[in-house]
Amino acid sequence: MQLVLEKRAERSKTIALVSPLIAIGLTIITMVILFAILGKNPMLALHAYFIAPLTDGYSLQEIAVKATPLVMIAIGLSLCYLANAWNIGAEGQFLIGAVAGSWIAVKTQGTDAGAWVLPVMLVLAAAAGALYALIPAICKVKFGASEILTSLMLVYVADLFLDYLVRGPWRDPHGFNFPTTAEFDPVATVPLLIEGGRLHLGSIIALLVVAAAAILLGRTIKGFEIRVVGAAPRAARFGGFNANQLVILTFAVSGALAGLAGIIEVAGPVGHLQPGISPGYGFTAIIVAFLGRLNPLGILIAGLFLALTFIGGEQAQIAMKIPLDVTKVFQGILLFYVLACDSLILYRFKLVFPNRQVARGIG
Amino acid sequence: MRKSLLALAAGLLLAGSVSAASAADKLKVGFIYLGPIGDLGWTYQHDLARQALVKELGDKIETTYLENVPEGPDAERSIEQLVRAGNKLIFTTSFGYMDPTLKVAKKYPNVHFEHATGYKRNPNMSTYSAKWWQGRYIQGLIAAKMSKSGVLGYIGSFPIPEVVSGINATILAAQTINPNIKVKIIWANTWFDPGKEADAAKALIDQGADVIMQHTDSPAAMQIASERGKLAFGQDSEMIKFGPKTQLTSILDTWGPYYIERVKAELAGTWKSEDSWGGLDSHMFAMAPYTNMPDDVKKIAEDAQAAITAGKLHPFKCPIVGQDGKPVECKGGDHLDDGQILGMNFYVKGIDDKLPGK
Repeated sequence: MQLVLEKRAERSKTIALVSPLIAIGLTIITMVILFAILGKNPMLALHAYFIAPLTDGYSLQEIAVKATPLVMIAIGLSLCYLANAWNIGAEGQFLIGAVAGSWIAVKTQGTDAGAWVLPVMLVLAAAAGALYALIPAICKVKFGASEILTSLMLVYVADLFLDYLVRGPWRDPHGFNFPTTAEFDPVATVPLLIEGGRLHLGSIIALLVVAAAAILLGRTIKGFEIRVVGAAPRAARFGGFNANQLVILTFAVSGALAGLAGIIEVAGPVGHLQPGISPGYGFTAIIVAFLGRLNPLGILIAGLFLALTFIGGEQAQIAMKIPLDVTKVFQGILLFYVLACDSLILYRFKLVFPNRQVARGIG
Repeated sequence: MRKSLLALAAGLLLAGSVSAASAADKLKVGFIYLGPIGDLGWTYQHDLARQALVKELGDKIETTYLENVPEGPDAERSIEQLVRAGNKLIFTTSFGYMDPTLKVAKKYPNVHFEHATGYKRNPNMSTYSAKWWQGRYIQGLIAAKMSKSGVLGYIGSFPIPEVVSGINATILAAQTINPNIKVKIIWANTWFDPGKEADAAKALIDQGADVIMQHTDSPAAMQIASERGKLAFGQDSEMIKFGPKTQLTSILDTWGPYYIERVKAELAGTWKSEDSWGGLDSHMFAMAPYTNMPDDVKKIAEDAQAAITAGKLHPFKCPIVGQDGKPVECKGGDHLDDGQILGMNFYVKGIDDKLPGK
């Protein structure tokens, strides 16, 4: 007798809906065991992770702040992935956007330039992100270069470019040589939504992006094209859809969104340009995109959920003295179960008996 | 399965009502750490000091720390989380937390903050640091005596004044022994990255350095020097077990007494915003035992330590000549004043390298 995975004839709709819940359930059970082994009260620990951050306005704000860049980038990536274009370099597009927008902020520093500064920064960042994403897209369309490799490698180029700027020409002259620009002027800063809080205009922009993506994918021909090219390339060709054009388009859009997220992060919560502005948002967003099943609303939920685990992990560190490593284990276990449960959408477990196998072999 | 899930859900609801009650009248003291507490260097020493604090005042205080907090957008949130968890005195233990600490301090005027190694203060935000350049001077003497190749290897973190003043103090001391001493400098651009630190040590040794010094936080360089049969200085903590035949001495960060003093002041209601910059005389740091060197070198080191502690020897004694060949203005009488050292942004003559960004 043997337990094997067998491919389903069609995707199971029920499992697709239930699988994230099973994953969360399994994660919670595993964590309860882990907390018990560590000698912590599992109920209090889970409370600190999942419930406490949702019970006060401050933590909710922080979750939104943390989720904003993740959701924005993941929406762009989902368009790429739906169209079968594999943009892995959102981190680089995020950084280039941050650099391009900061250029205006640095150049207008102390000149009291006026209200046009921030809008121009946002537009420039989006444009720079899009152009940067077009490099791998064009290399793929013209020369057949793997966009996975080229987009990934451009991340390091962007990272070092930013590094050079803040250590060299853009360094704060009064910053004692520390690699950072001076704090941006108020006109170059993303406005806060709540006085004294940290929630900023970027979160609203992220919500607009989610809505726009939902309309694009659900209600427009372009959205239909994207999905067809990804799901059935041959059918798309017969339908007269141009796959190359879509690679260019989706890369440009996702680059623009990543760039926008970059400048919003820099001109918002950070307030100046420095190395390390992204704790890997561009890569985490790939996880968010897939956790959200490449669906705009799903991505919004996935982004908020991942942000919750960050904030909750920090509160667990404070309230329960649970080490940071446990939070990382926790996130890892969650992703592991989500992916494992997802395989049940396409596959099912089946018990195979040796005699039947033989029979099939003969037949 | 379903039953246990239900039980879980019920437990979660119950837990909500329990969590608030704990020792309410103890003073809560929070710490933000840059690295993991197991970095065996900078963060490790801060945590040892925290443990000393708990040992001394454990019945009156409760401590909490957050480790691995990056010097970026997350720092502000982490500090604020500590405030919101009821901490009344918060130590933020790295230079890069300066602006985030100041932002949170302005928002919560009733909470007191202590920021390590920075220069921005507020009525509720103190700064504290140590005059490590005094220790670097002693290391410079030892290094020049022990180096056969006449080339020292120096792993820098960031070219900020704290690090630059350490390099200058080292070379000024070394020149008193060997006027032609050379120093090779590699900037790791990180405080803690064992891989990068090890690579830097290898590169320095390949370039002929036979004594390795570092301003980064892990024992990686000590291990490489040990493997390659060279000598090295530890940093922040006692690193002799990573190089029993390698470590000459180490500058030990001993924050414990300061932390205890500040928490006592907080408990007594006498805490004030201050700028503390302590040297060997105030025990803000200490030198590890002088090992792996002949007795005459050991004596030079011990004599220098005694002279600096007694205030008879100042590492930045004038005249000091800058890299450009011009003498540096002497604002402190016969030595540079504290402000000049705190803002040090130049190399002294004899360093055959360019300060990044100069």
